[in-house]
Amino acid sequence: MDFSFVTDPRYDLLGAFWMTVQLTFWSAIGSFVLGVILAAMRVSPVPLMRSFAGGFVNIIRNIPLTLIIIMMSQVVANQLGLRLAVREAGVNPQAFLNSQNFRLAVLGFIIYTSTFVCEAIRSGINTVPPGQAEAARAIGLRFTQVLGIVVLPQAIRAVIAPLGSVLIALTKNTTVASAIGVAEAAALMVTLQENESDKPTEVFLVVAAGFILLTLPTGLIFGAFAKKYQVKR
Amino acid sequence: MKLRRIGSAVAGAVALALVVTGCSSSTPQTTASSIASAASSVASAGQSVASAAQSAAGSALSSAKSSVAGAVSSAVAGAVADSQVLTHAGDGKVTVGIKFDQPGLGLKNPDGTFSGFDVEVAKYVADQLGVKPDGITFVESKSAEREGLIERGEVDYIVATYSITDARKEKVNFAGPYFIAAQDLLVKSDNTEITGPEAMAGKILCSVTGSTSAQKVKDNYAADVALQEYGTYTECVEALRSGAVDAVTTDNVILAGYAAQYPGELKVVGKGFSVENYGIGLKKGDTAGTAKINAAIASMIASGAWRQALDDTVGSDFNVTVTPTPTS
Repeated sequence: MDFSFVTDPRYDLLGAFWMTVQLTFWSAIGSFVLGVILAAMRVSPVPLMRSFAGGFVNIIRNIPLTLIIIMMSQVVANQLGLRLAVREAGVNPQAFLNSQNFRLAVLGFIIYTSTFVCEAIRSGINTVPPGQAEAARAIGLRFTQVLGIVVLPQAIRAVIAPLGSVLIALTKNTTVASAIGVAEAAALMVTLQENESDKPTEVFLVVAAGFILLTLPTGLIFGAFAKKYQVKR
Repeated sequence: MKLRRIGSAVAGAVALALVVTGCSSSTPQTTASSIASAASSVASAGQSVASAAQSAAGSALSSAKSSVAGAVSSAVAGAVADSQVLTHAGDGKVTVGIKFDQPGLGLKNPDGTFSGFDVEVAKYVADQLGVKPDGITFVESKSAEREGLIERGEVDYIVATYSITDARKEKVNFAGPYFIAAQDLLVKSDNTEITGPEAMAGKILCSVTGSTSAQKVKDNYAADVALQEYGTYTECVEALRSGAVDAVTTDNVILAGYAAQYPGELKVVGKGFSVENYGIGLKKGDTAGTAKINAAIASMIASGAWRQALDDTVGSDFNVTVTPTPTS
Protein backbone atom coordinates (compact mmCIF):
# COMPACT_ATOMS: atom_id res chain seq x y z
CA MET A 1 0.00 0.00 0.00
CA ASP A 2 1.43 3.32 -1.09
CA PHE A 3 0.00 6.33 0.72
CA SER A 4 2.54 8.86 -0.57
CA PHE A 5 -0.22 11.01 -2.13
CA VAL A 6 -1.36 12.05 1.36
CA THR A 7 1.65 14.36 1.72
CA ASP A 8 1.78 15.37 -1.96
CA PRO A 9 1.52 19.19 -2.10
CA ARG A 10 -0.66 18.92 -5.23
CA TYR A 11 -3.52 17.53 -3.16
CA ASP A 12 -4.87 19.72 -0.40
CA LEU A 13 -6.30 16.92 1.74
CA LEU A 14 -6.68 19.06 4.87
CA GLY A 15 -8.22 21.89 2.88
CA ALA A 16 -10.75 19.53 1.33
CA PHE A 17 -11.81 18.17 4.71
CA TRP A 18 -11.88 21.71 6.11
CA MET A 19 -14.36 22.53 3.34
CA THR A 20 -16.42 19.51 4.42
CA VAL A 21 -16.37 20.81 8.00
CA GLN A 22 -17.43 24.30 6.86
CA LEU A 23 -20.26 22.92 4.75
CA THR A 24 -21.42 20.80 7.68
CA PHE A 25 -21.15 23.67 10.16
CA TRP A 26 -23.18 26.26 8.25
CA SER A 27 -25.71 23.71 7.01
CA ALA A 28 -26.17 22.37 10.55
CA ILE A 29 -26.85 25.82 11.98
CA GLY A 30 -29.20 26.75 9.17
CA SER A 31 -31.12 23.49 9.20
CA PHE A 32 -31.49 23.59 13.00
CA VAL A 33 -33.06 27.05 12.81
CA LEU A 34 -35.29 26.15 9.86
CA GLY A 35 -36.10 22.78 11.42
CA VAL A 36 -37.27 24.37 14.68
CA ILE A 37 -39.41 26.85 12.73
CA LEU A 38 -40.93 24.03 10.68
CA ALA A 39 -41.60 21.96 13.82
CA ALA A 40 -43.25 24.96 15.47
CA MET A 41 -45.39 25.44 12.37
CA ARG A 42 -46.39 21.79 12.35
CA VAL A 43 -47.78 21.98 15.91
CA SER A 44 -49.19 25.51 15.59
CA PRO A 45 -52.93 26.21 15.91
CA VAL A 46 -53.02 27.84 12.45
CA PRO A 47 -54.18 25.25 9.86
CA LEU A 48 -52.43 27.01 6.95
CA MET A 49 -49.06 26.90 8.71
CA ARG A 50 -49.59 23.29 9.71
CA SER A 51 -50.39 22.17 6.21
CA PHE A 52 -47.61 24.24 4.63
CA ALA A 53 -44.96 22.81 6.95
CA GLY A 54 -46.37 19.31 6.54
CA GLY A 55 -46.34 19.59 2.78
CA PHE A 56 -42.84 21.06 2.71
CA VAL A 57 -41.41 18.30 4.91
CA ASN A 58 -43.11 15.49 3.05
CA ILE A 59 -42.10 16.75 -0.37
CA ILE A 60 -38.51 17.75 0.35
CA ARG A 61 -37.45 14.70 2.36
CA ASN A 62 -38.68 12.41 -0.40
CA ILE A 63 -36.49 14.05 -3.06
CA PRO A 64 -32.99 12.59 -3.41
CA LEU A 65 -30.36 15.01 -2.11
CA THR A 66 -28.30 14.82 -5.30
CA LEU A 67 -31.31 16.07 -7.20
CA ILE A 68 -31.80 18.99 -4.82
CA ILE A 69 -28.15 20.05 -4.99
CA ILE A 70 -27.95 19.81 -8.79
CA MET A 71 -31.28 21.64 -9.01
CA MET A 72 -29.88 24.44 -6.83
CA SER A 73 -27.06 24.98 -9.32
CA GLN A 74 -28.61 24.08 -12.68
CA VAL A 75 -32.15 25.37 -12.17
CA VAL A 76 -32.18 27.90 -9.34
CA ALA A 77 -28.85 29.56 -10.18
CA ASN A 78 -28.29 28.95 -13.89
CA GLN A 79 -31.84 29.05 -15.25
CA LEU A 80 -33.64 31.28 -12.73
CA GLY A 81 -30.59 33.50 -12.18
CA LEU A 82 -30.29 33.43 -8.40
CA ARG A 83 -26.99 35.03 -7.38
CA LEU A 84 -25.68 34.47 -3.86
CA ALA A 85 -22.38 36.22 -4.51
CA VAL A 86 -21.32 39.31 -6.42
CA ARG A 87 -19.33 38.90 -9.62
CA GLU A 88 -17.10 41.93 -10.03
CA ALA A 89 -16.05 42.81 -13.55
CA GLY A 90 -12.37 42.53 -14.37
CA VAL A 91 -11.62 40.29 -11.39
CA ASN A 92 -10.89 36.57 -11.62
CA PRO A 93 -14.36 35.05 -11.25
CA GLN A 94 -13.00 32.09 -9.26
CA ALA A 95 -13.78 33.72 -5.91
CA PHE A 96 -17.31 34.49 -7.10
CA LEU A 97 -17.78 30.90 -8.30
CA ASN A 98 -16.43 29.43 -5.07
CA SER A 99 -18.74 31.44 -2.81
CA GLN A 100 -21.68 31.02 -5.18
CA ASN A 101 -21.32 27.23 -5.28
CA PHE A 102 -20.62 26.98 -1.56
CA ARG A 103 -23.70 29.03 -0.66
CA LEU A 104 -25.90 27.18 -3.12
CA ALA A 105 -24.77 23.89 -1.62
CA VAL A 106 -25.35 25.12 1.95
CA LEU A 107 -28.81 26.36 0.96
CA GLY A 108 -29.61 22.97 -0.57
CA PHE A 109 -28.38 21.11 2.52
CA ILE A 110 -30.40 23.42 4.80
CA ILE A 111 -33.59 22.81 2.84
CA TYR A 112 -33.04 19.05 2.85
CA THR A 113 -31.73 18.52 6.38
CA SER A 114 -34.22 20.86 8.05
CA THR A 115 -37.01 18.39 7.23
CA PHE A 116 -35.23 15.68 9.22
CA VAL A 117 -34.51 18.12 12.07
CA CYS A 118 -38.19 19.10 12.04
CA GLU A 119 -39.35 15.50 12.34
CA ALA A 120 -36.83 14.78 15.11
CA ILE A 121 -38.00 17.79 17.10
CA ARG A 122 -41.63 16.95 16.50
CA SER A 123 -41.03 13.51 17.99
CA GLY A 124 -39.39 15.30 20.92
CA ILE A 125 -42.48 17.45 21.38
CA ASN A 126 -44.50 14.27 21.66
CA THR A 127 -42.37 13.17 24.63
CA VAL A 128 -43.46 16.26 26.62
CA PRO A 129 -46.55 15.30 28.65
CA PRO A 130 -49.63 17.19 27.37
CA GLY A 131 -50.33 18.32 30.93
CA GLN A 132 -47.36 20.67 30.71
CA ALA A 133 -48.73 22.57 27.74
CA GLU A 134 -52.20 22.59 29.30
CA ALA A 135 -50.82 23.97 32.57
CA ALA A 136 -48.87 26.62 30.68
CA ARG A 137 -51.97 27.66 28.81
CA ALA A 138 -53.96 27.70 32.03
CA ILE A 139 -51.66 30.31 33.59
CA GLY A 140 -52.28 32.50 30.52
CA LEU A 141 -49.24 31.94 28.28
CA ARG A 142 -49.69 32.51 24.54
CA PHE A 143 -48.88 29.78 22.00
CA THR A 144 -45.39 31.15 21.29
CA GLN A 145 -44.69 31.29 25.01
CA VAL A 146 -46.00 27.78 25.64
CA LEU A 147 -43.77 26.50 22.86
CA GLY A 148 -40.70 28.63 23.51
CA ILE A 149 -40.60 28.55 27.31
CA VAL A 150 -42.16 25.22 28.24
CA VAL A 151 -42.36 22.66 25.42
CA LEU A 152 -39.38 23.21 23.07
CA PRO A 153 -36.64 23.29 25.73
CA GLN A 154 -37.78 19.90 26.98
CA ALA A 155 -38.38 18.57 23.48
CA ILE A 156 -34.92 19.48 22.23
CA ARG A 157 -33.27 17.99 25.30
CA ALA A 158 -35.06 14.74 24.52
CA VAL A 159 -33.84 14.55 20.94
CA ILE A 160 -30.14 15.43 21.26
CA ALA A 161 -29.12 11.90 20.27
CA PRO A 162 -31.37 11.74 17.16
CA LEU A 163 -30.13 15.23 16.18
CA GLY A 164 -26.60 13.82 16.44
CA SER A 165 -27.57 11.14 13.94
CA VAL A 166 -28.95 13.82 11.64
CA LEU A 167 -25.67 15.75 11.97
CA ILE A 168 -23.62 12.64 11.14
CA ALA A 169 -25.82 12.00 8.11
CA LEU A 170 -25.38 15.65 7.10
CA THR A 171 -21.57 15.38 7.37
CA LYS A 172 -21.59 12.45 4.99
CA ASN A 173 -24.21 14.06 2.75
CA THR A 174 -21.90 17.03 2.11
CA THR A 175 -20.03 14.78 -0.35
CA VAL A 176 -22.88 15.48 -2.76
CA ALA A 177 -21.67 19.10 -3.03
CA SER A 178 -18.89 17.90 -5.33
CA ALA A 179 -21.63 17.46 -7.96
CA ILE A 180 -21.77 21.25 -8.34
CA GLY A 181 -18.05 21.83 -7.99
CA VAL A 182 -17.48 22.54 -4.30
CA ALA A 183 -13.92 21.49 -3.55
CA GLU A 184 -14.65 19.20 -0.60
CA ALA A 185 -13.38 15.75 0.30
CA ALA A 186 -15.34 13.77 -2.31
CA ALA A 187 -14.23 16.10 -5.10
CA LEU A 188 -10.63 15.58 -4.04
CA MET A 189 -11.24 11.83 -4.02
CA VAL A 190 -12.36 11.95 -7.65
CA THR A 191 -9.26 13.96 -8.55
CA LEU A 192 -7.09 11.47 -6.70
CA GLN A 193 -8.70 8.57 -8.52
CA GLU A 194 -7.98 10.25 -11.84
CA ASN A 195 -4.36 11.12 -11.07
CA GLU A 196 -3.44 8.15 -8.86
CA SER A 197 -5.38 5.58 -10.81
CA ASP A 198 -2.92 2.85 -9.81
CA LYS A 199 -3.91 3.03 -6.13
CA PRO A 200 -7.72 3.27 -5.85
CA THR A 201 -7.92 1.23 -2.64
CA GLU A 202 -5.56 3.56 -0.81
CA VAL A 203 -7.54 6.62 -1.94
CA PHE A 204 -10.80 5.11 -0.68
CA LEU A 205 -9.26 4.14 2.65
CA VAL A 206 -7.80 7.62 3.26
CA VAL A 207 -11.05 9.44 2.47
CA ALA A 208 -13.10 6.94 4.50
CA ALA A 209 -10.72 7.37 7.44
CA GLY A 210 -11.12 11.15 7.19
CA PHE A 211 -14.88 10.90 7.45
CA ILE A 212 -14.70 8.45 10.34
CA LEU A 213 -12.42 10.92 12.14
CA LEU A 214 -15.07 13.59 11.66
CA THR A 215 -18.21 11.61 12.48
CA LEU A 216 -17.06 9.26 15.27
CA PRO A 217 -16.37 12.11 17.74
CA THR A 218 -19.66 13.75 16.72
CA GLY A 219 -21.54 10.62 17.74
CA LEU A 220 -19.65 10.29 21.03
CA ILE A 221 -20.12 13.98 21.93
CA PHE A 222 -23.82 13.97 21.15
CA GLY A 223 -24.25 10.70 23.08
CA ALA A 224 -22.60 12.26 26.14
CA PHE A 225 -24.67 15.45 25.81
CA ALA A 226 -27.85 13.44 25.47
CA LYS A 227 -27.07 11.63 28.70
CA LYS A 228 -26.16 14.84 30.49
CA TYR A 229 -29.12 16.95 29.46
CA GLN A 230 -31.92 14.41 29.22
CA VAL A 231 -35.08 15.30 31.11
CA LYS A 232 -35.43 12.89 33.99
CA ARG A 233 -39.00 11.83 34.37
CA MET B 1 -12.76 -4.01 26.41
CA LYS B 2 -9.95 -2.18 24.64
CA LEU B 3 -8.84 -5.34 22.83
CA ARG B 4 -12.36 -6.01 21.64
CA ARG B 5 -12.58 -2.53 20.19
CA ILE B 6 -9.34 -2.95 18.26
CA GLY B 7 -10.52 -6.32 17.03
CA SER B 8 -13.75 -4.88 15.72
CA ALA B 9 -11.87 -2.03 14.04
CA VAL B 10 -9.64 -4.51 12.20
CA ALA B 11 -12.68 -6.56 11.20
CA GLY B 12 -14.26 -3.35 9.92
CA ALA B 13 -11.19 -2.51 7.85
CA VAL B 14 -11.15 -5.98 6.30
CA ALA B 15 -14.85 -5.69 5.48
CA LEU B 16 -14.20 -2.30 3.90
CA ALA B 17 -11.42 -3.71 1.73
CA LEU B 18 -13.80 -6.47 0.67
CA VAL B 19 -16.46 -3.99 -0.32
CA VAL B 20 -13.99 -1.76 -2.15
CA THR B 21 -12.57 -4.57 -4.25
CA GLY B 22 -15.79 -6.50 -4.75
CA CYS B 23 -18.31 -3.72 -5.36
CA SER B 24 -18.13 -3.33 -9.10
CA SER B 25 -18.22 -7.01 -9.99
CA SER B 26 -21.52 -7.34 -11.74
CA THR B 27 -20.92 -9.74 -14.62
CA PRO B 28 -21.95 -13.19 -13.50
CA GLN B 29 -19.43 -15.12 -15.57
CA THR B 30 -16.53 -13.62 -13.67
CA THR B 31 -17.84 -13.98 -10.14
CA ALA B 32 -15.28 -16.68 -9.45
CA SER B 33 -12.33 -14.49 -10.34
CA SER B 34 -13.71 -11.50 -8.48
CA ILE B 35 -14.21 -13.61 -5.38
CA ALA B 36 -10.65 -14.79 -5.80
CA SER B 37 -9.37 -11.24 -6.04
CA ALA B 38 -11.45 -10.23 -3.04
CA ALA B 39 -9.90 -13.09 -1.13
CA SER B 40 -6.43 -11.97 -2.12
CA SER B 41 -7.25 -8.46 -0.99
CA VAL B 42 -8.26 -9.81 2.40
CA ALA B 43 -4.89 -11.50 2.52
CA SER B 44 -3.18 -8.27 1.61
CA ALA B 45 -5.23 -6.36 4.17
CA GLY B 46 -3.82 -8.76 6.71
CA GLN B 47 -0.36 -8.12 5.36
CA SER B 48 -0.84 -4.40 5.59
CA VAL B 49 -1.87 -4.63 9.23
CA ALA B 50 1.23 -6.69 9.94
CA SER B 51 3.57 -4.45 8.02
CA ALA B 52 2.17 -1.20 9.36
CA ALA B 53 4.26 -1.76 12.47
CA GLN B 54 7.44 -2.23 10.48
CA SER B 55 6.48 0.53 8.02
CA ALA B 56 7.42 -1.66 5.09
CA ALA B 57 7.92 -0.20 1.64
CA GLY B 58 4.58 0.14 -0.13
CA SER B 59 5.83 -0.93 -3.53
CA ALA B 60 7.06 -4.27 -2.27
CA LEU B 61 3.67 -4.94 -0.75
CA SER B 62 1.68 -3.95 -3.79
CA SER B 63 3.82 -6.12 -6.04
CA ALA B 64 3.31 -9.00 -3.66
CA LYS B 65 -0.42 -8.36 -3.86
CA SER B 66 -0.49 -8.28 -7.63
CA SER B 67 1.51 -11.50 -7.86
CA VAL B 68 -0.95 -13.15 -5.49
CA ALA B 69 -3.86 -11.87 -7.57
CA GLY B 70 -2.17 -13.02 -10.75
CA ALA B 71 -1.54 -16.48 -9.38
CA VAL B 72 -5.12 -16.81 -8.21
CA SER B 73 -6.68 -15.59 -11.44
CA SER B 74 -4.52 -17.85 -13.60
CA ALA B 75 -5.51 -20.74 -11.37
CA VAL B 76 -9.15 -19.82 -11.96
CA ALA B 77 -8.60 -19.59 -15.68
CA GLY B 78 -7.29 -23.14 -15.55
CA ALA B 79 -4.92 -24.59 -18.10
CA VAL B 80 -5.38 -21.92 -20.75
CA ALA B 81 -2.72 -19.79 -22.40
CA ASP B 82 -1.41 -16.53 -20.95
CA SER B 83 -3.52 -14.24 -23.08
CA GLN B 84 -7.06 -13.86 -21.76
CA VAL B 85 -8.29 -11.93 -24.79
CA LEU B 86 -6.88 -14.41 -27.32
CA THR B 87 -8.25 -17.37 -25.36
CA HIS B 88 -11.72 -15.85 -25.26
CA ALA B 89 -11.48 -14.79 -28.90
CA GLY B 90 -10.62 -18.39 -29.74
CA ASP B 91 -13.93 -19.41 -28.15
CA GLY B 92 -15.66 -16.80 -30.34
CA LYS B 93 -16.69 -14.58 -27.44
CA VAL B 94 -15.16 -11.37 -26.10
CA THR B 95 -16.31 -8.92 -23.43
CA VAL B 96 -15.47 -5.31 -24.21
CA GLY B 97 -15.64 -2.30 -21.91
CA ILE B 98 -16.94 0.91 -23.47
CA LYS B 99 -18.50 4.16 -22.30
CA PHE B 100 -22.31 4.17 -22.32
CA ASP B 101 -22.84 7.92 -22.08
CA GLN B 102 -20.54 9.62 -24.56
CA PRO B 103 -22.26 10.74 -27.77
CA GLY B 104 -20.17 9.99 -30.85
CA LEU B 105 -17.76 7.68 -29.00
CA GLY B 106 -19.54 5.13 -26.87
CA LEU B 107 -23.28 5.47 -26.42
CA LYS B 108 -25.95 3.01 -25.38
CA ASN B 109 -29.01 3.81 -27.45
CA PRO B 110 -32.54 3.61 -26.04
CA ASP B 111 -33.16 0.44 -28.10
CA GLY B 112 -30.18 -1.30 -26.46
CA THR B 113 -27.78 -1.03 -29.40
CA PHE B 114 -24.43 0.67 -29.14
CA SER B 115 -22.98 3.35 -31.35
CA GLY B 116 -19.90 5.49 -31.51
CA PHE B 117 -16.32 5.51 -32.71
CA ASP B 118 -15.03 3.43 -29.77
CA VAL B 119 -17.72 0.85 -30.51
CA GLU B 120 -16.66 0.67 -34.16
CA VAL B 121 -13.01 0.22 -33.16
CA ALA B 122 -13.99 -2.47 -30.66
CA LYS B 123 -16.00 -4.31 -33.32
CA TYR B 124 -13.20 -4.09 -35.90
CA VAL B 125 -10.64 -5.40 -33.41
CA ALA B 126 -12.97 -8.25 -32.45
CA ASP B 127 -13.46 -9.06 -36.11
CA GLN B 128 -9.70 -9.21 -36.64
CA LEU B 129 -9.42 -11.55 -33.65
CA GLY B 130 -11.95 -13.82 -35.33
CA VAL B 131 -15.02 -12.92 -33.27
CA LYS B 132 -18.36 -12.34 -34.98
CA PRO B 133 -20.38 -9.23 -33.99
CA ASP B 134 -22.91 -11.33 -32.02
CA GLY B 135 -20.06 -12.80 -29.98
CA ILE B 136 -19.24 -9.38 -28.48
CA THR B 137 -20.65 -8.45 -25.08
CA PHE B 138 -20.41 -4.73 -24.30
CA VAL B 139 -20.23 -3.70 -20.67
CA GLU B 140 -20.04 -0.21 -19.22
CA SER B 141 -16.60 0.86 -18.02
CA LYS B 142 -16.75 4.17 -16.19
CA SER B 143 -13.50 6.10 -16.00
CA ALA B 144 -12.67 5.21 -12.40
CA GLU B 145 -13.52 1.51 -12.84
CA ARG B 146 -11.45 0.74 -15.91
CA GLU B 147 -8.28 -0.59 -14.24
CA GLY B 148 -10.31 -2.74 -11.85
CA LEU B 149 -12.39 -4.29 -14.63
CA ILE B 150 -9.24 -5.30 -16.48
CA GLU B 151 -7.36 -6.54 -13.43
CA ARG B 152 -10.22 -8.75 -12.30
CA GLY B 153 -10.59 -10.07 -15.83
CA GLU B 154 -14.21 -8.96 -16.15
CA VAL B 155 -13.49 -7.49 -19.56
CA ASP B 156 -11.10 -8.71 -22.24
CA TYR B 157 -10.26 -5.24 -23.47
CA ILE B 158 -11.46 -1.66 -22.99
CA VAL B 159 -12.07 0.92 -25.70
CA ALA B 160 -13.39 3.90 -23.73
CA THR B 161 -11.56 7.20 -24.41
CA TYR B 162 -8.79 5.60 -22.38
CA SER B 163 -5.79 7.94 -22.42
CA ILE B 164 -2.42 6.21 -22.24
CA THR B 165 -0.60 7.46 -19.12
CA ASP B 166 2.37 6.17 -17.18
CA ALA B 167 0.35 5.67 -13.99
CA ARG B 168 -2.14 3.51 -15.86
CA LYS B 169 0.61 1.52 -17.58
CA GLU B 170 1.54 0.28 -14.11
CA LYS B 171 -1.75 -1.60 -13.98
CA VAL B 172 -2.73 -2.44 -17.55
CA ASN B 173 -1.25 -3.03 -20.99
CA PHE B 174 -2.11 -0.57 -23.73
CA ALA B 175 -2.47 -1.32 -27.41
CA GLY B 176 -2.59 1.63 -29.75
CA PRO B 177 -2.99 4.55 -29.77
CA TYR B 178 -5.98 4.16 -32.05
CA PHE B 179 -6.90 7.83 -31.82
CA ILE B 180 -5.02 10.99 -30.99
CA ALA B 181 -7.30 13.55 -29.43
CA ALA B 182 -6.45 17.11 -28.58
CA GLN B 183 -7.98 19.07 -25.79
CA ASP B 184 -10.25 21.82 -27.06
CA LEU B 185 -12.93 24.31 -26.00
CA LEU B 186 -16.68 24.23 -26.65
CA VAL B 187 -18.34 27.66 -26.78
CA LYS B 188 -21.58 29.23 -27.97
CA SER B 189 -21.70 29.67 -31.73
CA ASP B 190 -21.94 33.46 -31.51
CA ASN B 191 -18.90 33.71 -29.24
CA THR B 192 -16.03 35.39 -31.08
CA GLU B 193 -14.11 36.41 -27.98
CA ILE B 194 -12.76 32.97 -27.04
CA THR B 195 -10.33 31.97 -29.77
CA GLY B 196 -8.13 29.63 -27.76
CA PRO B 197 -7.08 28.68 -24.25
CA GLU B 198 -5.14 31.95 -23.81
CA ALA B 199 -8.34 33.95 -24.19
CA MET B 200 -9.91 32.29 -21.14
CA ALA B 201 -8.56 34.85 -18.64
CA GLY B 202 -11.37 36.20 -16.50
CA LYS B 203 -13.80 33.64 -17.94
CA ILE B 204 -15.51 30.64 -16.40
CA LEU B 205 -14.45 27.25 -17.73
CA CYS B 206 -16.43 24.08 -17.06
CA SER B 207 -15.17 20.52 -16.77
CA VAL B 208 -16.08 17.39 -14.84
CA THR B 209 -14.99 16.83 -11.27
CA GLY B 210 -11.51 15.34 -11.05
CA SER B 211 -10.67 15.80 -14.71
CA THR B 212 -7.23 17.10 -15.48
CA SER B 213 -8.21 19.04 -18.60
CA ALA B 214 -9.47 22.17 -16.87
CA GLN B 215 -6.45 22.16 -14.60
CA LYS B 216 -4.19 22.12 -17.67
CA VAL B 217 -5.77 25.29 -19.05
CA LYS B 218 -5.27 27.01 -15.71
CA ASP B 219 -1.67 25.85 -15.32
CA ASN B 220 -0.45 26.34 -18.87
CA TYR B 221 -2.49 29.06 -20.55
CA ALA B 222 -4.60 31.32 -18.39
CA ALA B 223 -3.92 31.58 -14.66
CA ASP B 224 -6.91 33.92 -14.31
CA VAL B 225 -9.46 31.38 -15.51
CA ALA B 226 -12.13 30.26 -13.06
CA LEU B 227 -13.01 26.58 -12.96
CA GLN B 228 -16.53 25.27 -12.48
CA GLU B 229 -16.80 21.53 -11.98
CA TYR B 230 -19.91 19.41 -12.49
CA GLY B 231 -20.44 15.69 -12.31
CA THR B 232 -20.99 15.13 -16.04
CA TYR B 233 -20.25 16.90 -19.31
CA THR B 234 -23.97 17.09 -20.04
CA GLU B 235 -24.38 19.37 -17.03
CA CYS B 236 -21.48 21.50 -18.26
CA VAL B 237 -23.13 21.78 -21.67
CA GLU B 238 -26.43 22.82 -20.04
CA ALA B 239 -24.60 25.47 -18.00
CA LEU B 240 -22.90 26.67 -21.18
CA ARG B 241 -26.24 26.96 -22.98
CA SER B 242 -27.74 28.96 -20.11
CA GLY B 243 -24.69 31.25 -20.04
CA ALA B 244 -23.55 30.32 -16.53
CA VAL B 245 -20.16 29.23 -17.88
CA ASP B 246 -18.25 30.62 -20.87
CA ALA B 247 -16.66 27.43 -22.20
CA VAL B 248 -16.46 23.68 -21.68
CA THR B 249 -13.17 21.86 -22.06
CA THR B 250 -12.22 18.25 -22.70
CA ASP B 251 -10.99 16.22 -25.66
CA ASN B 252 -12.09 17.62 -29.04
CA VAL B 253 -13.70 14.39 -30.19
CA ILE B 254 -16.01 14.36 -27.16
CA LEU B 255 -16.89 18.04 -27.63
CA ALA B 256 -17.64 17.41 -31.30
CA GLY B 257 -20.34 14.96 -30.19
CA TYR B 258 -22.05 17.66 -28.11
CA ALA B 259 -21.67 20.33 -30.78
CA ALA B 260 -23.41 17.93 -33.17
CA GLN B 261 -26.30 17.60 -30.68
CA TYR B 262 -26.91 21.37 -30.77
CA PRO B 263 -26.05 22.44 -34.31
CA GLY B 264 -25.96 26.20 -34.75
CA GLU B 265 -25.93 26.77 -31.02
CA LEU B 266 -22.57 25.39 -29.92
CA LYS B 267 -19.22 25.11 -31.68
CA VAL B 268 -15.78 23.67 -31.02
CA VAL B 269 -13.13 26.39 -31.11
CA GLY B 270 -10.80 24.09 -33.08
CA LYS B 271 -7.48 25.12 -31.59
CA GLY B 272 -6.32 21.82 -30.17
CA PHE B 273 -3.81 21.79 -27.38
CA SER B 274 -2.28 19.05 -25.18
CA VAL B 275 -2.30 15.66 -26.91
CA GLU B 276 -4.24 12.69 -25.52
CA ASN B 277 -3.41 9.23 -26.88
CA TYR B 278 -6.40 6.90 -26.69
CA GLY B 279 -5.33 3.29 -26.24
CA ILE B 280 -7.04 -0.06 -25.90
CA GLY B 281 -6.48 -1.35 -22.40
CA LEU B 282 -6.00 -5.04 -21.70
CA LYS B 283 -4.50 -7.27 -19.06
CA LYS B 284 -1.06 -6.30 -17.76
CA GLY B 285 1.66 -8.44 -19.31
CA ASP B 286 -0.45 -9.77 -22.17
CA THR B 287 2.09 -9.05 -24.89
CA ALA B 288 0.63 -11.50 -27.40
CA GLY B 289 -2.82 -9.92 -27.13
CA THR B 290 -1.35 -6.40 -27.32
CA ALA B 291 0.54 -7.24 -30.51
CA LYS B 292 -2.57 -8.80 -32.06
CA ILE B 293 -4.71 -5.75 -31.25
CA ASN B 294 -2.01 -3.37 -32.48
CA ALA B 295 -2.02 -5.23 -35.80
CA ALA B 296 -5.81 -4.94 -35.92
CA ILE B 297 -5.68 -1.17 -35.34
CA ALA B 298 -2.98 -0.76 -37.99
CA SER B 299 -5.08 -2.69 -40.49
CA MET B 300 -8.17 -0.64 -39.62
CA ILE B 301 -6.31 2.60 -40.32
CA ALA B 302 -4.65 1.28 -43.49
CA SER B 303 -7.88 -0.11 -44.93
CA GLY B 304 -9.73 3.18 -44.59
CA ALA B 305 -12.31 1.65 -42.24
CA TRP B 306 -10.90 3.87 -39.50
CA ARG B 307 -11.67 7.13 -41.33
CA GLN B 308 -15.02 5.74 -42.42
CA ALA B 309 -15.95 4.91 -38.81
CA LEU B 310 -14.90 8.40 -37.72
CA ASP B 311 -17.05 10.00 -40.45
CA ASP B 312 -20.05 7.86 -39.51
CA THR B 313 -19.88 8.52 -35.78
CA VAL B 314 -18.15 11.81 -34.97
CA GLY B 315 -18.89 13.51 -38.27
CA SER B 316 -17.10 14.00 -41.57
CA ASP B 317 -16.26 17.61 -40.74
CA PHE B 318 -14.14 16.49 -37.81
CA ASN B 319 -10.59 17.52 -38.62
CA VAL B 320 -8.03 14.82 -37.82
CA THR B 321 -4.73 16.55 -37.17
CA VAL B 322 -2.62 13.45 -36.56
CA THR B 323 -3.35 9.92 -37.72
CA PRO B 324 -2.13 7.54 -35.01
CA THR B 325 0.44 4.78 -35.45
CA PRO B 326 -0.05 1.97 -32.94
CA THR B 327 3.30 1.36 -31.26
CA SER B 328 3.10 1.01 -27.49
